[in-house]
Amino acid sequence: MRKQDNDVILRSMTLVIFFIILTFSFALFFGGHYTPGGGFVGGLMTAAALILIIIAYDMKTLKEAVSIDFKKLLNVGLIFAIGMPFVSMLFGKNFFQHFHTYIDIPVFGKTSLHTAVLFDLGVYLIVVSVTLIIILTIGENE
Amino acid sequence: MTMFIKIILLTSLIIVCISMIGIIYRLIVGPTVHDRVVGLDALGITLMAIIALISMVLDTKYFLVVILLIGILAFIGTISFAKFLEKGVIIEHERSNSEHRD
Repeated sequence: MRKQDNDVILRSMTLVIFFIILTFSFALFFGGHYTPGGGFVGGLMTAAALILIIIAYDMKTLKEAVSIDFKKLLNVGLIFAIGMPFVSMLFGKNFFQHFHTYIDIPVFGKTSLHTAVLFDLGVYLIVVSVTLIIILTIGENE
Repeated sequence: MTMFIKIILLTSLIIVCISMIGIIYRLIVGPTVHDRVVGLDALGITLMAIIALISMVLDTKYFLVVILLIGILAFIGTISFAKFLEKGVIIEHERSNSEHRD
């Protein structure tokens, strides 16, 4: 007879803690210019939230909930990280020279947009996808 | 910073460090694996306390991110160890007790 496991507390807490970790990772990512954090730590925290889902549930649940091929996400991140220097060359700057503008957005008011965010977004996507590729590959020991 | 607050901060740092030494003793001579896992979890909590006290001594607010980070990592590590001790695997491909089975 199979021993019945009761993970009700863990699975209920995971549904709450997942969003807390995800919000914290977004706060780390968007606050990386002025406070500690940035793309690397934010990506690791997003990967930690997804790994928490894998541990509390299983890999099939993650593949149904997040239907993203992480190898394609790695390519998207590399395109962001490589394409940003050429974007700055399009505007007459040097290779990899960051620049920023101020844009009036209706809700947020006068907002400064910086091209370093695009490079950081590439780092974020690469870290998330590489961590999850490693974990999922090790987990597939059937 | 007044002398009074500095004395209180250093005293509490010393007390937390002494409790950390006790936890490390349990971590080394713990008879079973479960004792060591609980000791590791408590070591993470005391590390959070030490970082909070040191950020008060250094008068900076930029270490508060690290406290939350260590809390999340200690939680994930503890439940990974607990699942390994309970079931033998950490990552399952499919849930063993689905509703259609048994």
